[in-house]
Amino acid sequence: MNPLYLVVPLAPLAASVIVGLFGPRLGRTLSHTLCILGVAVALVASIMIFRDVQAGHVFNGDVYTWMTSGTLKLAVGFLIDPLTVTMMIVVTFVSLMVHVYTIGYMADDPGYTRFFSYISLFTFSMLMLVMSNNFLQLFFGWEAVGLVSYLLIGFWYTRPTAIYANLKAFLVNRVGDFGFVLGIGLVLAYFGTLHYAPVFAHAESLKDTALNLGGGHAALLMSAICICLFIGAMGKSAQVPLHVWLPDSMEGPTPISALIHAATMVTAGIFMVARMSPLFELSDAALSFVTVIGATTALFMAFLGIVQNDIKRVVAYSTLSQLGYMTVALGVSAYSAAIFHLMTHAFFKALLFLGAGSVIIAMHHEQDLRKMGGLRKYMPITYITAVIGSLALAGIPPFAGFFSKDAIIEAVSMSHIGGHGYAYFAVMCGVFVTAFYSFRMLFLAFHGTPRFDTAGHADHAHDDHAHAAADHSDPVTELATQAGTEPDAHDDHHGGPPHESPWVVTVPLILLAIPSIFTGWAYIEPMLFGNFFGNAIVVHESHAVIGEMKEEWHGVVPFIVHGLASVPFWLAISGIVAAWYCYLVNPALPARIKAGAGKLYTLLDNAYYIDKLYVYLFADGARKLGRIASTVGDRTIIDGIVVNGTAKVVGWASQLLRHLQTGYVYHYAFTMIIGVFALLTWWVVRF
Amino acid sequence: MHLLSLAIFVPIVAGCATLVVGSDRDAAQARWIALIGAVAGFLVTLPLYAHFDTTTAAMQFVESYEWIPRFDIHYELGVDGLSMPFILLNSFVTVLVVWAGWVVIEKRVAQYMAAFLIMSGLINGTFASLDGVLFYMFFEAMLIPMYLIIGIWGGPNRVYAAIKFFLYTLLGSLLMLVALIYLYNASQSFAILDWHKLPLAMSTQILLFVAFFMAFAVKVPMWPVHTWLPDAHVEAPTGGSVVLAAITLKLGAYGFVRFILPIVPDASHYLAPFVITLSLVAVVYIGLVALVQADMKKLIAYSSISHMGFVTLGFFLFSTLGTEGALVQMISHGFVSAAMFLCVGVLYDRMHSRLIADYGGVVNTMPVFAAFAMLFAMANSGLPATSGFVGEFMVILAAVKANFWLGFLAATTLILGAAYTLWMYKRVMFGAVANANVAALKDLSKREFWLLAVLAVAVLAMGLYPKPFIDVMHVSVENLLAHVAQSKL
Repeated sequence: MNPLYLVVPLAPLAASVIVGLFGPRLGRTLSHTLCILGVAVALVASIMIFRDVQAGHVFNGDVYTWMTSGTLKLAVGFLIDPLTVTMMIVVTFVSLMVHVYTIGYMADDPGYTRFFSYISLFTFSMLMLVMSNNFLQLFFGWEAVGLVSYLLIGFWYTRPTAIYANLKAFLVNRVGDFGFVLGIGLVLAYFGTLHYAPVFAHAESLKDTALNLGGGHAALLMSAICICLFIGAMGKSAQVPLHVWLPDSMEGPTPISALIHAATMVTAGIFMVARMSPLFELSDAALSFVTVIGATTALFMAFLGIVQNDIKRVVAYSTLSQLGYMTVALGVSAYSAAIFHLMTHAFFKALLFLGAGSVIIAMHHEQDLRKMGGLRKYMPITYITAVIGSLALAGIPPFAGFFSKDAIIEAVSMSHIGGHGYAYFAVMCGVFVTAFYSFRMLFLAFHGTPRFDTAGHADHAHDDHAHAAADHSDPVTELATQAGTEPDAHDDHHGGPPHESPWVVTVPLILLAIPSIFTGWAYIEPMLFGNFFGNAIVVHESHAVIGEMKEEWHGVVPFIVHGLASVPFWLAISGIVAAWYCYLVNPALPARIKAGAGKLYTLLDNAYYIDKLYVYLFADGARKLGRIASTVGDRTIIDGIVVNGTAKVVGWASQLLRHLQTGYVYHYAFTMIIGVFALLTWWVVRF
Repeated sequence: MHLLSLAIFVPIVAGCATLVVGSDRDAAQARWIALIGAVAGFLVTLPLYAHFDTTTAAMQFVESYEWIPRFDIHYELGVDGLSMPFILLNSFVTVLVVWAGWVVIEKRVAQYMAAFLIMSGLINGTFASLDGVLFYMFFEAMLIPMYLIIGIWGGPNRVYAAIKFFLYTLLGSLLMLVALIYLYNASQSFAILDWHKLPLAMSTQILLFVAFFMAFAVKVPMWPVHTWLPDAHVEAPTGGSVVLAAITLKLGAYGFVRFILPIVPDASHYLAPFVITLSLVAVVYIGLVALVQADMKKLIAYSSISHMGFVTLGFFLFSTLGTEGALVQMISHGFVSAAMFLCVGVLYDRMHSRLIADYGGVVNTMPVFAAFAMLFAMANSGLPATSGFVGEFMVILAAVKANFWLGFLAATTLILGAAYTLWMYKRVMFGAVANANVAALKDLSKREFWLLAVLAVAVLAMGLYPKPFIDVMHVSVENLLAHVAQSKL
């Protein structure tokens, strides 16, 4: 085994443990240096491994045996193939950007070192997830990223909304994990191992096996396995109906919204399904299920993006919708297109989130779009990078999102899997809506006239930071000196007009903008049509949409030209124009539409009432059941009637018997006579 | 080398010495004697692991002396992979509870420490006994110190709880005594290993099953004979709760693998659906009950019952994975429940309240404690890389293999376990400082820190590398399963 494989996950882990245990004693500078170093090492090692894999060195082996139980051996091990290294580079690169950005964003937070420890731990967990060669470690990483997500959403633990959101996120994810564990259980039951390689190798032979569900019902084993596993993906990748946690997760600090809730963790489900392609390819039912869920998420979550006023929530719903696109791609067996979109999306969505964070810093932690406007004059770098991100998200050539999204739409149009018609409709409509909400956000934040008080701005209603009173030793100055800028430029941190963020914030933006521009045209050919993934992704002949697309592939330029003449492009353009008209030309229009839409608007504003339904049904329902079980079952029936009842019966019987032991001799004598009389009678009657 | 006798009598003798030497005037002396005794008791069990032969299922470290020849009763000790880990666990936990009660217990220190040491020895005796009468004696004698611990150092309702605990468990085990006598009459021997080979008719097996089951199900405890546990836990002092949850519950589960499964295998197979049903009720129903508890100790007590449901479920799946998962779950629950109760103890010592509603925002004033509590809460929710995950995961996998719907119901613990544990954590730890009492809280003392740190290491080590634990028990489990698969009819 190449020792570099170990370096990749262990470098961030080591940094995380050291900073986690000794952070306050190490101080801020040393802490963030250590964490950034750890992730940078992981990135460099990942790139080296990438080159190694391109040279044909695929690795599949165990690091150590976790446990053995009879013939079953569960291990921790790595599978290093093109799919893995793609994920490794995306994860470590975005993570590194976010680490650097955090120096600026969390500058005046008392939990600075704790935050660094968490994001490094997250990087480790995510790497373990993608590098795994077996289901056990996959689940390990799966839960570990969930844990870190829980800790980070609740990072500002004094805010009631944050600790509500993190519990919700964890529990909704656990519902997904519930399915995931059952899927793993079925794999073990029928394959006898949890290692990918033997499972995938034998999958074909179990193609027609049925799973007896009792009562005369049976299901195709592969469908059951795949749907169970996909339920896990629905939790982690926030697919309808398990999507409810992601918008709320925006309670966490913005850097982790970018890293965890946009670029990496939420794509774990997409990665997992792509990794499991040898299984999913054997079940058309599961693929249809995936397609329909993905399409629903893609379209209906995009609608919600239109009505959000919180800048982060717009991006969050956009993430949900884009995850839906990836899921649709998986459903139509265009796994490589899904991973391709995962990669481009990671760059431009992290960019958009970090851009939103930069705006939030400039606005002194105001997140309401209605109170922004005209920011492009104040923060040009953030503005330009946000434009790049939005163009990429909307799917305008030659930005990255165009290629990946167009590939998905193309793949859907060629698919014959059940639900493909609905999916095609959803992804097409989604293009318009995506362009509309992206540019709505862009126009509201950066264009028009400022709607904030340019003189002083001390609205701390949305103050992101848990200002634990004492710890306020002017970290801004500290940051400024670290960043090498003049302290004067920052002394208006809590007031005054907005200004461009420090370099630790803008450099990551620029570095993320670059791949948002070029990764599309640079990588579409190798990743989709160049057999880049090799054996890592298996596609059945009857589902070979990417193969069909390959026949029509004539290079990047013809693809763009073709794209310019196709419907999605014009849908995107009309979405942008519509947003431009609604929010810049005729700003009174949205309010009129809102008033006219009435109930529809209320429905969207309440996110289809799904959260309320869940609270009523599951949260309150479980508590009600628990209360009944506790008071009626435990306290009344078992303890009240049976246990204390037994004691009472014994007591009552002894009370009765006590009357017989009065202590008076004549009572006893009388009883004896009665007894003798009774015995004699019995004796006489009997004989 | 009479290692097992040492494991039993070192703590008992140390306990007696504490009683004799210590009085409340010089409590420090009693504490030190007790600690030395507990540590010595733990040290003498270490060779049991070091010299344990993992390749044989036969009893090891056997000692056998005639005790009452008239009835062929022996003082016979020995351990295999099913019992050895629990002797170590028990001796380890004893050190922790003695240390945990260090400054907290101010009244009758010597008696308190002595009760724990004597109980520790008796529990080791229960795990090591190979003779039915000896087992029964240890099994019952252990009730006395626990009864005293709850009844003397317990909370306001301690007398009710102590009597409930005593009567519940005693009633259960009386039927076991009948079963032991029956088995003696049938085999003319009190050796448990002889009974394993004794052929028995189905009707007899079922009666014996019921008799043993009553004793052990109460101890585990299984639904619906579990209601003594929440009361006992709530009233017991922290140390009492720790031993109760970490060790004595395991005695019930141990009874299943030492008595029920090998002595009456056919009845076990026949009645497996019944036991599995009760286990699943424990997982689902008790999980829901735990959700609505207002008292932290009660909540953890119910969570214990729910976790022990996995143990009985695992045993009655009759598979290697299920049985080993159940045994691993027992060990892990020893660490995790001990840690959870110690955490509540840390709070109780400061605030004298166990009610969740009295807390809120503890993390603001006790960040180090909150970090430990988070780890243990996650372990209680069965998060991978903690010990809580290993056993649960193995049992769920084994259940899915047996029947998809069994696995389905068992896996609900993923949701329920996380819900009740983390909801409690949220209400106690997170949020703004709830009141002046919370604001005045002091973070962990050195003693508390190291106590929790030791358990944290155990929880993580077992979660990251459970192999050594499973290797120790594997051959014995295989032997047990082979034995259970063989009909006695």
